[in-house]
Amino acid sequence: MSDEPVAIRSDRAPVIEPGHTFATVTDKISSIVLTRPTSTGWLVGFGISFLLTMMMLYAIGYLFVRGIGIWGVTIPIGWGFAIVNFVWWIGIGHAGTLISAILLLLRQSWRNSINRFAEAMTLFAVSCAGVFPLIHVGRPWLAYWLFPYPNTMNYWPQFRSPLVWDVFAVSTYATISLVFWFIGLIPDLATLRDRSENHWARIIYGMLAMGWRGSARHWHRYETAYLLLAGLATPLVLSVHTVVSFDFAIGIVPGWHTTIFPPYFVAGAIYSGFAMVLMLAIPIRKFYGLEDFITERHLQNSAKVMLATGLIVGYGYIMEAFMGWYSGNRYEAFTLWNRLHGPYAFWYYMLLTCNLVIPQLLWIRKLRTSPVALFLLSAVILVGMWLERFIIVVVSLSRDFQNSSWGMYYPTRWDWMTFIGTIGMFLAAMFLFCRILPMISIFEMRTLLPEAEVKE
Amino acid sequence: MKRTPVYGLMAEFDSAQSLVDAAHKTHAAGYQKIDAYSPFPIEGLAEAIGFTRNRVPLVVLIGGLVGGLSGYLMQYWISAVSYPINVGGKPPHSWPAFIVVTFEMTILFAGLSAVFGMLALNGLPMPYHPVFNVPRFAFATKDRFFLIVFSSDPKYDASETRRFLESVGGRFISEVPS
Repeated sequence: MSDEPVAIRSDRAPVIEPGHTFATVTDKISSIVLTRPTSTGWLVGFGISFLLTMMMLYAIGYLFVRGIGIWGVTIPIGWGFAIVNFVWWIGIGHAGTLISAILLLLRQSWRNSINRFAEAMTLFAVSCAGVFPLIHVGRPWLAYWLFPYPNTMNYWPQFRSPLVWDVFAVSTYATISLVFWFIGLIPDLATLRDRSENHWARIIYGMLAMGWRGSARHWHRYETAYLLLAGLATPLVLSVHTVVSFDFAIGIVPGWHTTIFPPYFVAGAIYSGFAMVLMLAIPIRKFYGLEDFITERHLQNSAKVMLATGLIVGYGYIMEAFMGWYSGNRYEAFTLWNRLHGPYAFWYYMLLTCNLVIPQLLWIRKLRTSPVALFLLSAVILVGMWLERFIIVVVSLSRDFQNSSWGMYYPTRWDWMTFIGTIGMFLAAMFLFCRILPMISIFEMRTLLPEAEVKE
Repeated sequence: MKRTPVYGLMAEFDSAQSLVDAAHKTHAAGYQKIDAYSPFPIEGLAEAIGFTRNRVPLVVLIGGLVGGLSGYLMQYWISAVSYPINVGGKPPHSWPAFIVVTFEMTILFAGLSAVFGMLALNGLPMPYHPVFNVPRFAFATKDRFFLIVFSSDPKYDASETRRFLESVGGRFISEVPS
């Protein structure tokens, strides 16, 4: 993937700690899957997240029995938690594609040690996101009506609606993320096939590896396909949150109808996504002893991306407020006033604190290199980004043009159970992923070693 | 295809550099039907064994064009021909609104063509392949490098080729049963 040697500058932590060879990299990463016994910590963590997943299924099962009346959504706030969580999760997924595709195109070879699990994170986050619109449609068993297919009702989707665009954007994103991740896994699955002692593991990894044998012809086509996929995934990932923002921006509700939404949504997505990457990477490197591969350099770089995207998001807030005042539109001005002084003002200030004020600590180098500080800051950012979506969805809908149609939104326990349940589902999937698949791309790590260099 | 008892001669190398050098020499010596195996992609190795026709980009281009065109035409036919309804006074063929889905379909088809095109051109999935009969080949996915001269090569000669592979630095030279 990278043909230049890893720059080891004295002022920077290396991408891989020195002293590793092809064999040690292979052994270290594959042994986590193949030989390391399942630890108690893993069982407890997986058990808790599995229980949370069950709680989500219970909440969804009850929803199917009773209908969405069990949620807090009522007119005027018809979107509520379902859409807040959908946007939050899909945004988290964006960092994985950014790391695997955009940083690949930019030849940032440090991404090789975090792209695999970041892509897995994308996949699971998009799955969690996909749950919400599906159960929010009211009659989820008819969700396939969203897709254009010939039917006896003589009906077709309405392609001028951003909600239909969203169906295409999100399903394309999920599909491409899945194949991108799987293609990246094939050579590593072959490694696991060849190194596994267990008969069944060999058969299963062997089937998944599809007979990969590392032929030069195969590698050549493989790299071309991988690079083209990265090139395709790059505009795709930028388009997905743009289309998600169209769901709002095409509507005329004050606070939604702004042209700044697409870039500001994309920046916010990457912001929250990197926060999630760090929240996963920091414990993983600690518990699996992967500090050699996920070094201080990765933490620093992720922190810098968060700082930069956080500032773009901050610019978005400032512009929203400025346009609220400068546009002279009384409804926009009222939205601003309502955010600052209305019933949800506390949450707006919390949002500004979490997303704008506290992350400025990332300017301090010492905090950028401290795993504990970064973990906590990432948690704050994730909360902040969730609040941002809450403010956008709920505050705008709660007070629109006519005060006769104002209302308040109170999430019910079912809303919370579903939301927390998806976090459980996400973590359960991550736990399984760490246990059965190599969470760092082995073959891409080999290319980073000095011995991989070839002179013509 | 005629099945010969021997698939080829395989030599092992310790480093990426020695494999690339050996591949260059083998190709230069007139061997046409050769292949090299490595645990990670090595730039220039495919060229060294004389592989230049990579048709993956063409497949992806065709996939993208098919996806984009079918995406746009689908929306046109649905919105302007089959089911024209007035939405917000927009014309039935309101092309700016169709761009998003056209774009997504382009990416979807091009991406899937990249994946399935690459797999198909590589002949994968392939559960059985003669090279797996060599016990040491399991290291091809770890830290060893292999070069094979197929027995179908016109210049192939069991003893001559073996000597040649030894001369370019190959070790553990073994006949690959087919």
